[in-house]
Amino acid sequence: MAPASMIKVRKLVKRFGPKTVLRGLDFDVQQGEFVALLGPNGAGKTTFLRILASLARPTMGMLEVAGYPLPAQAGAVRARLGVVTHLPLLYGDLTAEENLRFFGSMYGLDGLNHRIDEVLELVGLLLPRRDPVRTFSRGMQQRLAIGRAILHDPDVVLFDEPHTGLDQDACDMLDSLLLNVAGRGRTVVITSHDMARVEDLATRFDVLSRGVIVASATREDLGKNNLLDFYRQSLVAH
Amino acid sequence: MQKSLSVIRPRSSPYLKVVGSIVWKDLVAELRSRELVAAMLVFALLIILIFNFTIELQPDLRMTITPGVLWVTLAFAGTLGLNRSMAIEKDRGCLDGLLLAPVDRSAIYFGKAISNLAFMLIMAVIVLPVYSLLYNINILKLGLFLVVFLGSTGYAAIGTLLASMAVQTRTRDVLLPVLLFPVIIPILLAAVRATGGFLQDLPISEILPWLNILIGFDVIFIVVAFLVFEFVVEE
Repeated sequence: MAPASMIKVRKLVKRFGPKTVLRGLDFDVQQGEFVALLGPNGAGKTTFLRILASLARPTMGMLEVAGYPLPAQAGAVRARLGVVTHLPLLYGDLTAEENLRFFGSMYGLDGLNHRIDEVLELVGLLLPRRDPVRTFSRGMQQRLAIGRAILHDPDVVLFDEPHTGLDQDACDMLDSLLLNVAGRGRTVVITSHDMARVEDLATRFDVLSRGVIVASATREDLGKNNLLDFYRQSLVAH
Repeated sequence: MQKSLSVIRPRSSPYLKVVGSIVWKDLVAELRSRELVAAMLVFALLIILIFNFTIELQPDLRMTITPGVLWVTLAFAGTLGLNRSMAIEKDRGCLDGLLLAPVDRSAIYFGKAISNLAFMLIMAVIVLPVYSLLYNINILKLGLFLVVFLGSTGYAAIGTLLASMAVQTRTRDVLLPVLLFPVIIPILLAAVRATGGFLQDLPISEILPWLNILIGFDVIFIVVAFLVFEFVVEE
């Protein structure tokens, strides 16, 4: 059986006043795919992810996430979606456990205590679970942010430049968490400027430039260590 | 790191539970940081002190200006709280975290509005006795607490909505009072008149019209915010 389509975007346009950020973008992701969305600053990557996350409305075009149309069934999409950005989306004055409890209550999760234990163990934060998040390092906050994003076991997880501001060790730990999420059959879309890192993570690479996808290739298509060349050539050709 | 997670399915969280969770989160965070109520209190007490030192008043005149001074104090200090309350959500991306949850966005509004109302009332409960002491006037009357509650409700209702708009701009600190004060004029006017009525022991029939105006604007502001909040917080 062919994998289900988890993200389907057709002729997506997004304008902010006179400025057009996305210009008729088409995009498809199948269940279980790990897609890296690459592109220069201002290409529209974050805007695109915010529309997929139902945080922004499209000006025109058709979108479906996990089989539900956006923005018509945004609530159903949100229940099946996890989002991690370079900001932690966490409350600094609450503890790690309290943050997860709060967001868990927003998702109406059953067996929340057990789930919080599982997630904290997964992201390696069982020990400091009762410490306020503001005392966490940037890497610990980002790990907890991933815990928050996967707390409700979403089908699709969006990562918007999650490596920003992390040191080498924190990036390595983050990558192992990303692979863990993808390894459980979840669909992942990540934006990043760090080619070396996403080259080892993603199964497909799409290049976004001036509001449209200008090139797409699977890891098999590229072979080893060819992502940077592919990226540069894609931008030059368009 | 390769631990397994059990499969779990989110379901729609009850509306009141979402509202309650947001209020709990705001109160716990404030209890730990004490940055919001403390800032409001200090600012409110400073305003009262400045009025006290700069205006030499005869005892009979004090009663006349008390309602105005009191509501100017609550309104100015309240703006500080509204700004801070939404800035906490915005600066660490927490507002996005809330908006990503599969809940009715009006529940997020009500959660924030109730938290803001609670902070206003905490401030008022401390400010009123201090005012009584400094100005040597007994303003601790049951009717006055009702007016403070109704006035603060309308203020928090529309203030939370406008703070949600203002926080998304670079000039949020300036923008909120510019947006808020013209809109809350009816609330302030009715609150000042009702407060004056209770302080001067006027018959309830003379105060009731002002209380009705307060209740009316509370309802209008809550309904308007309920209807438009979703559009305000979405890009």
